[in-house]
Amino acid sequence: MEVLDIIKPENQVFCKSKLMTDTTLSYCPGCGHGTAHNLTMEVIDEMGIVENTIGVAPVGCSVLAYDFMNIDMTQAAHGRAPAVATAIARCWPEKYVFTYQGDGDLAAIGTAETIHTCNRGENIVIIFVNNGIYGMTGGQMAPTTLEGMRSSTSPYGREAKTMGMPIKMTELVANLPGVYYATRQSVHTHKHARKAKKAIKKAFENTRLKKGLSFIEIVSNCNSGWKMNPNESNIWMEEHMFPYFPLGDIKVNGKLK
Amino acid sequence: MSELKLMKGNEALAEAAIRAGVDAYFGYPITPQSEVIEYLMTEQPEKRTGMVVLQAESEIAAINMVYGAASTGKKVMTSSSSPGISLKLEGISYIAGAELPAVIVNVVRGGPGLGTIQPSQADYFQSVKGGGHGDYKLYVLAPASVQEMSDFVEDAFDIAFKYRAPVLILSDGLIGQMMEKVVLKDQQERLTDEEVIKKYDSWATTGKTNRERNIITSLDLQSEKMEARVHRLMKKYEQMELEDTRYEEFQTEDAEYLFVAYGSSSRIAQKAVKLARKKGIKAGLVRPITLFPYPKKVLFKLANQVKGILSVELNAGQMIEDVLLSVEHKVPVAHFGRTGGIIHTPEEVLEALEQKIIKNGSIRHHKTRESSIL
Repeated sequence: MEVLDIIKPENQVFCKSKLMTDTTLSYCPGCGHGTAHNLTMEVIDEMGIVENTIGVAPVGCSVLAYDFMNIDMTQAAHGRAPAVATAIARCWPEKYVFTYQGDGDLAAIGTAETIHTCNRGENIVIIFVNNGIYGMTGGQMAPTTLEGMRSSTSPYGREAKTMGMPIKMTELVANLPGVYYATRQSVHTHKHARKAKKAIKKAFENTRLKKGLSFIEIVSNCNSGWKMNPNESNIWMEEHMFPYFPLGDIKVNGKLK
Repeated sequence: MSELKLMKGNEALAEAAIRAGVDAYFGYPITPQSEVIEYLMTEQPEKRTGMVVLQAESEIAAINMVYGAASTGKKVMTSSSSPGISLKLEGISYIAGAELPAVIVNVVRGGPGLGTIQPSQADYFQSVKGGGHGDYKLYVLAPASVQEMSDFVEDAFDIAFKYRAPVLILSDGLIGQMMEKVVLKDQQERLTDEEVIKKYDSWATTGKTNRERNIITSLDLQSEKMEARVHRLMKKYEQMELEDTRYEEFQTEDAEYLFVAYGSSSRIAQKAVKLARKKGIKAGLVRPITLFPYPKKVLFKLANQVKGILSVELNAGQMIEDVLLSVEHKVPVAHFGRTGGIIHTPEEVLEALEQKIIKNGSIRHHKTRESSIL
């Protein structure tokens, strides 16, 4: 097989989506956010729904998502994106509404909004990027920080006895009747990115069919926060994050797997 | 057709919201304002006008729902009472920062803390001096009757969309709970989605068409940009002061003594004016209808005419600071007010005027802040 045989549109995973702006990403080199952004924009572009899509940006590393996604976006207060998205979806039932949130935003400060939005089965997509750390504020412990994992606020490692165990948000919300689709993906290899894109597409299809809430967790790396180089962080993620946060569908078409 | 009805203040406000063509209401129950959401849930406005009503999981969620709907150009409101408003303040600050039109209603109860469910005006500072973080102000309307609970809904939305800014209706448990006759306005049509898109396409996030994308945010990481945003807000507030300050005068033409009171206190102060005049005391009343912008000019003018001013509030002395700023120490100013949910009587108010102002016209300013419960 020649290189030219491989360069085909269907094999292109890293082609920049037309819906990504030319603004330089604010993410650290090696971070998964850029890929997750791009995949989301590819899906919206391919479905031809940009005119009817409204994104909700969180507080955290992806607070500036609206600088990179060339779509209409509203930036929410910390953790409140699901509430913001709820109102938009209620007022505009024909629109595609999604939130893009990190673990601190979705699984700590915004837990109530996350759970109740899922429970009401709002017709929206939640994209939840879980890298087990607070990236933007400089590497503090997140609700999803692994046991024993060091961060600037768990400098001796997360101690389950005093800090609790990392929260498995996707499993938690999958048990709520309003959630139609819950899946955990990653974007660190071509293979994984393609699967993640399929999941994102399925989620937006669910919105189109008014099926209720689709919840996509993307387990990602934070090489800066984890104090590793990008490649090391991906290997560490596979070895440590994936056993606790196993990839795959948790709930499909309203049925738990 | 306009309609005459006997209603509670909270119900009149809820009915007025439906009739004003409001697109959405998001709220969370709290005494003494739960009738607003109860009325809306019972009336099923989605059948009458297509209005969305949702009981949120918290006041925090509710105000962020308001933020979301407002960011798409929809006419949206929420209501709560004091502790609930404290929870909403983060969201209110975001709404102000992101320059969104929205209406928030506070049916005030006594505080601090869980306080009391009885009426109070102790949220004056919270409403007028910021409350949430950052350089922003709320346009604050203070209804004094069930009629105004109804009328101010539309007024509030007019201001909110004129300035793309949050507007607060600062009521209290008395106005919210009491029944009075009210003339309800005619039903207004809600804007269609197409009309909303057409009208607010320059800023609302309704989906990117051929135009540049619209972004709603309160974040400016570049200091110069953030300062420009703050300047833009300050310009709006200056314009509000010039164009939209509202107040009412009662028997001020020949007044020698002046009450300043808003909302339910103004009703009591009005009675006190009548009692005073019966006793030969020439009292008058200025009722600020907007607490921001505050009717500074009329108070400044009247300070040249009257011998003293009593700020009558259902709190421990909050609005008195704006009275003092307005009159620039030209006349003695004192405060009177009951707290804890106790509502002062007209007799008490008149007695306070006599004791604090008339008998001791030389009250020093440091005394004006002392606890003024009789």
